[in-house]
Amino acid sequence: MAFCAIFLPDFLLQAATRTEPALQNQPLVLLDGPAPVFRVIAVNGPARQAGITPGLSKAAAAEFKGVQIQLRNREKEAAAHAALLDAAWSMSPRVENTAIDLVTMDIAGLDTLFGSFEGICRQVQSRCQAMGLHVQVAVSENPETARLAACASCGPTIVRAGEEAQSLRPLPVDLLAPSEELAEVLRNWGVTNCGALAALPVLSLSECVGQEGVRLHAIASGKGNRALLLAEPTDTFEEFLELDDAVEELEPLSFLLGRLLDQLCTRVAARALSVRTILLKCELQPAFEEAFDNAQIVRVKQRAATVQHSLSLPRPTQDAKLLLKLLRLRLQDKPPNAPIQKMCMRAVTDRPRAVQGGLFLPAAPDPDKLELTLARIASVAGENNVGSAEVLDSHRPDAFRMQKFCTDAAGSPKQAPAPGETVQPESRRAKSAFRYFRPPLPAFVASGQGRPVKVSWKGNSGKVVHASGPWRLSGQWWEENAWQEDAWEVELSFAGKHAASSGVYCIVFDARQKRWFVRGSYD
Amino acid sequence: MPWSASSLRLHVESALAGRVASPFRFREDTAPVVVPTGIDALDELTGGLPRGCLTEIYGPPGSGKSSILQSVLAVHTQAAEACALVDAQDCFDPVGAQNAGVVLSRLLWARCPGIDPALRSLDLLLHGGGFGLVALELGDIPPKLVRQVQLNVWFRMRRAVEDTPTVFVVLARESNAKSCASLVLRTERETIKWSVPKTSKPAEHTPGCLVDGSAHSAEMVRSFLRRKAPLFIDRAKSCAGTAHFQLTSGRKAEREEPVAGKDAGTGPGFMA
Repeated sequence: MAFCAIFLPDFLLQAATRTEPALQNQPLVLLDGPAPVFRVIAVNGPARQAGITPGLSKAAAAEFKGVQIQLRNREKEAAAHAALLDAAWSMSPRVENTAIDLVTMDIAGLDTLFGSFEGICRQVQSRCQAMGLHVQVAVSENPETARLAACASCGPTIVRAGEEAQSLRPLPVDLLAPSEELAEVLRNWGVTNCGALAALPVLSLSECVGQEGVRLHAIASGKGNRALLLAEPTDTFEEFLELDDAVEELEPLSFLLGRLLDQLCTRVAARALSVRTILLKCELQPAFEEAFDNAQIVRVKQRAATVQHSLSLPRPTQDAKLLLKLLRLRLQDKPPNAPIQKMCMRAVTDRPRAVQGGLFLPAAPDPDKLELTLARIASVAGENNVGSAEVLDSHRPDAFRMQKFCTDAAGSPKQAPAPGETVQPESRRAKSAFRYFRPPLPAFVASGQGRPVKVSWKGNSGKVVHASGPWRLSGQWWEENAWQEDAWEVELSFAGKHAASSGVYCIVFDARQKRWFVRGSYD
Repeated sequence: MPWSASSLRLHVESALAGRVASPFRFREDTAPVVVPTGIDALDELTGGLPRGCLTEIYGPPGSGKSSILQSVLAVHTQAAEACALVDAQDCFDPVGAQNAGVVLSRLLWARCPGIDPALRSLDLLLHGGGFGLVALELGDIPPKLVRQVQLNVWFRMRRAVEDTPTVFVVLARESNAKSCASLVLRTERETIKWSVPKTSKPAEHTPGCLVDGSAHSAEMVRSFLRRKAPLFIDRAKSCAGTAHFQLTSGRKAEREEPVAGKDAGTGPGFMA
């Protein structure tokens, strides 16, 4: 058995800067605490060099020039922890969620995939790096030794079998996380490192400090073997971003969206999944509104409004650039009405597409490229004006609805008849097409002997040469959108025009509106 | 220092890299693959619609150009090809098209409000690629508006489909693509057939008076397909470039079918 512990040092800082890498090189402090009394809880290297220490008040930290001050964001911490778990699950299915900044995984058998323990450690580090996490990795025969080694040293640490006690000897005893009472007892005894603790007799230790002492003694001796408490993989992929200065324009916003999408797609790809739907929730900057209160103008801060966008793909993808382009188009069409202060992006995942193209099937548009093309056309023609039509089961004329066009519908051509099967020859006589006027054009119709004799509409006036009808149609009388009409098909001859400009038209008398309309013509 | 032939060639190739694959390769002018239209007379006349080329069908309203497109769409969609229709007037009839054999789930229909959005959508579709047929229906848009589309637009679109398996069809009242089109057809309606003779007095409220269909002619104005030199048909001397075809009314079948089912609306009936 072998275990690998992955430790995320400076967890709070890494969680804060994971989606904002520019902050890593600036002095940064994180605050926490009840609302008016914020205290510094974490400082990065540049801030520490500037003299800021944890425990300072917000006002004291603000005295330092050029320091970025941020409030602790638990959503970002949850996302960083989820990313750490995803990185571990991308290597091994047996992962223990040991702590918020530490995961332990069973790496038995992984040597066939990644080679030696060093190769496994390098692979873990590179995968975490891709998710914006700088981790410390250690491998050992037991999980506790791996955990202590990962927390103690920066580089990849390989603890060979039988060398556990020796490798743990110089580590401080605080790494074992003893209770306060036990820590004080050990301090009074002068036990400062694991080697000193391991040298104590177990029976005497048990009599003095109880079972906790025995457990810590075993860990310090490199015998901390136990079964992993395996974590269940979740299908929730969320990333958060909170901005100091709200963003209004699309161009800078797309950079931020790109970062979130990169992180999401990396995590999704690490789990061998693909993105089916992206849900973007934007919290807008609260607007100030003027209100009158006893003849005094008071500025009232409204509650922050939120805007949500949902982007569904016909086929799941892992392409962050494609998703970014689609999101940009969506935001171009429906821009938020206020600057964006906070973003939460969630990915709904699906299994990756695994389709093998047939040699004899006709070529079809690339689904990813098609999705982008459709989004662009939708921004030109209107969102509901692009897709494939689906005829509704109704007698109502022109009853159809638009649905999303996807190339999945392109299946195999019509099957050839089986040997011996007789097939009636299909008629090669084409049907005439009808062209709709949408919406129908209001018309004036002169009648005689119970049939239309002259039809006029929008600068056109034609004499009825031949008429067929009326065809009475009605339906859905039990609903608000009931319809009732008498339809005529008429051949019109336009005086003074070329004979070819005459044609067969469909005119209808709408019995509900008591008006005539020209519905369309045959072409 | 004089350039050697090989270094000059290398220089030109590197300058054109990414834009022209092999600038010095001799490209043999091969005949394009053609696909049937679904109308025998037209197929006999033209040999079919060419892939990778622009085909223009024009004629006055009611001349049958939309019916030809409907027939071509039926052929392509039944062959499991993805097709696209850019409809500049939102006039496409999905119900009638389905009755004519068009598989609507394989047809991308872009309902564009005008000629400019239609051309932009068409540009996106052609450059996206992968469609077996892309059709631009300019329909009854006034010819003076369509004439404002510059010729280089048609050249650019023709270039976009070159060397691709896409059949590109444009429908309009007048010919606009000029020499960009490899095949140009002009359609006209000849007669309309009714169930009851035109001379008789139309019987009031009788079901016998129906549009049976219509007879049309398609004249091949230009074709670069069958011979190296373009084929121009002299209409005064010969009618070898004209096909006559019949269209049946899809509505007639609808009128005659029973009324059962659907949304409990009343079907064909007669005025009380």
